[in-house]
Amino acid sequence: MKYGVIVFPGSNCDRDALFAASLMGNTAEFIWHKDTSIPSDIDSIIIPGGFSYGDYLRCGAISRFSNIMKEVIKFADSGKPVIGICNGFQILTEANLLPGALLRNKSISFICKDVYLKVNEDNTPFTNTLEKDSVIKIPIAHGEGNYFADDNTIKSLQDNNQIVFQYSDVDGKITDEANPNGSMLNIAGITNKNKNVLGMMPHPERYSDNILGCDDGLNVFKSITNFINSN
Amino acid sequence: MKNYKAKIYITLRENILDVQGKAVEHALHSLEFNNFSDVRIGKYVELIVLAQNDGQAEEMVKSACDKLIANPIIEDYTVEIIE
Repeated sequence: MKYGVIVFPGSNCDRDALFAASLMGNTAEFIWHKDTSIPSDIDSIIIPGGFSYGDYLRCGAISRFSNIMKEVIKFADSGKPVIGICNGFQILTEANLLPGALLRNKSISFICKDVYLKVNEDNTPFTNTLEKDSVIKIPIAHGEGNYFADDNTIKSLQDNNQIVFQYSDVDGKITDEANPNGSMLNIAGITNKNKNVLGMMPHPERYSDNILGCDDGLNVFKSITNFINSN
Repeated sequence: MKNYKAKIYITLRENILDVQGKAVEHALHSLEFNNFSDVRIGKYVELIVLAQNDGQAEEMVKSACDKLIANPIIEDYTVEIIE
């Protein structure tokens, strides 16, 4: 299968994403934000982390109006898998492909560390090789990762099983201590209702090979590959 | 058509904890500005808009705020139009 990694001015995890996406015999290519189409052989889109447009105005607010985002929205509407990591998650919320918004971390600090995530859903294109209720270790690196949505949105996320990853302790307990940024319900990653768009603040591509210290993140890419190959 | 200046004030919605505001409030208190409370930090945007009249200018600016300048999920804004 083939991944497309969107590159904005200020993306800085695009190469890591390309590396992770190219493992397991897959191919991946960059797609520049000014492009007006997504090549027809692309099976899945990755919106990588970084500081697109310098985070001007709000994180993701300017990128969301790039040429390529119109195509990403069409791609997502067609049911193909789209994953936004960190700044990519912020862009997806600004583009209304995912509900809610990411606020400044509760501590105000930029936080860069490993966190544990509880996997709530295993029947998504992004988690089908993981076990429900298992715990994975993935790094975070963000200043605005504090997930917020109004009460109705939170309820609908819960009712539709869209809260895929929650910050937890090593045993999978959802505690305030395990919440690095103040996110509502310890939310670390959500999907859209259709489950084909995932946004997550942690960086699975940074833990995609044991040489990097851990390969828990590889499961996200394995799952996408598995989803594409079985559809 | 005429040029109008728009002054746009953006703050986090009231039900959202403004962590920057809280930090500044604590700092103010540690400087013994004890009479200060409810500090809110926001953004200020200024722009010139070409419109038929101030009503149209305001309408255009509000539409831009809803689409880009503010995020209505988390932010409130007020617009002031000046000739």
